[in-house]
Parts: sequence; structure tokens; C-alpha cells
Amino acid sequence: MKGIWALFDFRGVPEYLPDLLKGAAITIEMTFTVMAISLVLGLIVALARVTRLRPVRAAATFYVEVMRGTPCLLQLFYIYFVLPAFGIRLAAFTAGVIGLTVNYAAYMSEVYRAGIQAVAKGQLEAAQALGMSRSLMMRLIILPQAIRIIVPPLGNHFISLFKDTSLASIVTVKELIFAGQIIAATNFQYFTIFTLIGAIYLMISYPGSLGVQYLERRMKIGYRPRRGAAPAGGPTRGAPQGAVS
Amino acid sequence: MIRLEKINKSFGRLRVLRDVSLEVQRGEVVCVIGPSGAGKSTLLRCINHLEGIDSGTIYIEGTPVYRFTRDGRPMVDPDHRIEELRSQVGMVFQSFNLFPHFTALENIMMAPIHVRRESRDDVRRRALALLVKVGLSDKVHAYPHELSGGQQQRVAIARALAMQPKAMLFDEVTSALDPELIGEVLRVMRQLAAEGMTMVVVTHEMGFARDVADRVIFMADGVVVEEGSPQQMFSAPKNDRTRQFLQSILERNAELGDEAATPPSEPRP
Repeated sequence: MKGIWALFDFRGVPEYLPDLLKGAAITIEMTFTVMAISLVLGLIVALARVTRLRPVRAAATFYVEVMRGTPCLLQLFYIYFVLPAFGIRLAAFTAGVIGLTVNYAAYMSEVYRAGIQAVAKGQLEAAQALGMSRSLMMRLIILPQAIRIIVPPLGNHFISLFKDTSLASIVTVKELIFAGQIIAATNFQYFTIFTLIGAIYLMISYPGSLGVQYLERRMKIGYRPRRGAAPAGGPTRGAPQGAVS
Repeated sequence: MIRLEKINKSFGRLRVLRDVSLEVQRGEVVCVIGPSGAGKSTLLRCINHLEGIDSGTIYIEGTPVYRFTRDGRPMVDPDHRIEELRSQVGMVFQSFNLFPHFTALENIMMAPIHVRRESRDDVRRRALALLVKVGLSDKVHAYPHELSGGQQQRVAIARALAMQPKAMLFDEVTSALDPELIGEVLRVMRQLAAEGMTMVVVTHEMGFARDVADRVIFMADGVVVEEGSPQQMFSAPKNDRTRQFLQSILERNAELGDEAATPPSEPRP
């Protein structure tokens, strides 16, 4: 045990720890920003991919294939280094957010699409037989059920996005990894700093993955009503609130 | 009320319906029987356009559901028309298809509120009355997974009725049920028939067909083989295939120990 501890050098930690925490804050901020935007954008792309309008469908498919088929790193390079040639100059954080968002939105859209298509066919037929239009069906019947299906995979993407924000260091976003690199380059305490960074990542992502597991369990239980809910029962979890009550 | 003229429908090479014509009068109960694969369910699904047809015309109250394009293929009228027609014809499925994320009451209220844009209070009152009618006034706030198959199917019937349809289509609605739950669903259907609802019922419940139907249609291999009053169809079928089919059903029921073709759980009115 002593051998391992001898590798650590905790001198200077009080000086650079705030910088690391600032980096962690940027990582978290970036994760939530990208997640929020790609959840919305992903849904739009997913709906575009199941629409009956062929050109819209083709465009959405093209987008997804390009984003999935090229490295996220390249997309970040493109946004940060190539766009300025066309007069679009973005701050590092913005470039990082856009780069990760266009990528993650593509993956999210696939998750949504899988969820939409996993809703039983009988549900669509029942909705159609009641005279519902496609949009009504999507909003009231399909999406609320699809969301229950996709919460676990979305959670996993969320955690992997949290780690993938480190890619933004390449376009000089001072997130956790980049902040650590800067410090290590001056005091050469690579072992200590990178281990510390690993610990910080774990401290954030482990509770996150526990959260995902919890959600997964809850989703599996099925449609358990909330006892003592609103008089009409109230559409629970995932259902559009106030759809009927 | 419902009129089908020379309906043809194929799934790939398989011709499921061949020149099927059928007319259902207002208030009439028509039972469609026949071996599986005869096209009974497809026929029903074509009536409210869950399946498109290849040729022929379907009229609901004299309004054609299709218009024809230049090359003579039937085309759906602009979509909202189809939806309007669908909302006038209720359908109940073999697999219930209740919306699992809504309670029984919400399942029933959904379409009148969002499709018809009726006032929530009116719909709620009507939905509660329908739940009483199908004997589920104590299950108002239950979710589908908390209900037995028979209860779910009764909610599904109430859901279709909530749209105040002019006709109801029943697609083997008791086939997925445990035997002891069949009776409660048939009872609701008998009551509907007695109230004068126009019904087209695809069924394997010969007892129900014999007691309730005004007319029985026997289908096989995509054609209407024979039709007639239940008395005539069950006691003196003219066609060999009809006779064979009914014979095999009677034998099966005899094996199961059922008397005649009526499930024992169902009380005779």
C-alpha cells in the first residue's frame, strides 16, 4: 500500500484544486446544455425520420448518417477551425456545445425512433379507429409510451456524454481534462492530477449511473398508478399532463 | 348503413378478399363466421380503413370512403375525411389495445375530447355512464394492467361507444379471453344489440351468433360462401363448406364437453 501512496504528491493541491473544480463545473455545464438541446433536436429529427414527407425524411436520414459516420472530434475541428474561414467565429465553449450537440442529437434521434417504433402496433390501430389524426396519435398515444421505453438508453447516453465533453478540450474548452493538463504541464505531477481527475469523474458519474439504474427499474415495473392521485387518476409519469383529467 | 361493393384485397400474392359485397342495415347485427384465414378480420379492418383495399367501394351511410383516381385504383379521400368516417364507426379488437398509460376513464374520454373537441364535463359524464353500463363503475381509475382481460375488453367497448358511433365492429373480441371471462363481454354485446346498435361481429362464438345475429355470414378463402338467418345457417346450411365448418365446431365443442356451441358461462337471456 505504501508503494502506491508514495506515487502521490499532494503538495500544491490546495492551489490547483479550485482550477480543477472550475473545470469540473464547465464539464457539468456543458453536459447539461448539450443534453437539453439534443433531447429537443433529437426528437425533431426522429419525427422527421418517421414523417410521410419523403424529402424531409431523406434530409433527416442524411443528417443522422453523416453525424454517426464521422468522428465527433472531426466535427469539433470543423466547427472551431473551418467555420472561421467562412466568417463564423465561435467562442470555444459555444463551438464545443454545438459540436457535441449535432453529434448527440443524431444518436438521440435514433433512440427516440427506436422507442416510437417499439410502441405496439395495436396501439396505433386503436388510436386510428377512434379517428385520431397522426399528430394527435403521436402526442397522446405514441410519445408518452415511447418515452417510457427510451429512458434507460437515454440515461446511458447522458453518462457517456458527460465523459465525451472531454473531447471539447481539443477546441480549448477549459473543462476538467484540459484544466488538469494545464496544471500538470507546469508542476509535472501527472500521476496525482490525472488520478484526481479520474476520481472527480467517477464521483459525478457513479451517482448518475445509479440514477439510471433506478429509472430503469421503475420503468420495468409497468404502469403502476399513483395511489391517492388527482380525482381523475391523473396521467402519470411521461404522459402529457392534463391530457385528460 | 354500411355497404361494401366488390371489395378486393391482396397481401402480396395472397388474395384475402375476392369481390366481397355486403350490406348492413341500420340496427342490424351481422355475425361473420368462418375458418381462420377466411378474410373475416381483413373485411372488418377494411370497413374503417385500417387496411386499404385494392378495388371496390365502401359506403358508410351512403358516403363513399374512397374516391377513384384516373387509373381506377381506389384512393383515400383527403385524410380528415377518413378520420371522420372512422370516428363514426367504433371498433373493438381481439387484443383490447387499451392505452396502458391512461386509466379506464381516461381511455374512454380521450377520443371525444381530442378528436371531437367536446367539453370535458360532458364527456366525463358520458364516460362514467358507459362504465356503469359495462359493469365497471368500480374500476373508473384503474389502469389497464390492473384489469382482467374481460374487464379490459369491456372498457374497450365503452371507449368505442364514447364516440357515439353509428355502427360497431367487433373483431374476435373474445378470442384472447380466458373461457370464464367470455360471458361478461358477450353480455355487454347482447345488451348493445338489444338497444338497436348496428353491429358487425367477427366471432367464433356460435352461441352468440345464433342468439343475437339478425344475419349470419359464412366466409372462406376470401369469399362470402353463404349467408342467411341464424336459424337457416345453423340448422340447414345449404353449402357443403358451411356444413363442414359448423360440423367441426360442434365436434370440437362436444369434445370440450360444452353443450351445443354455447359457452356454459354465458347466461341465456
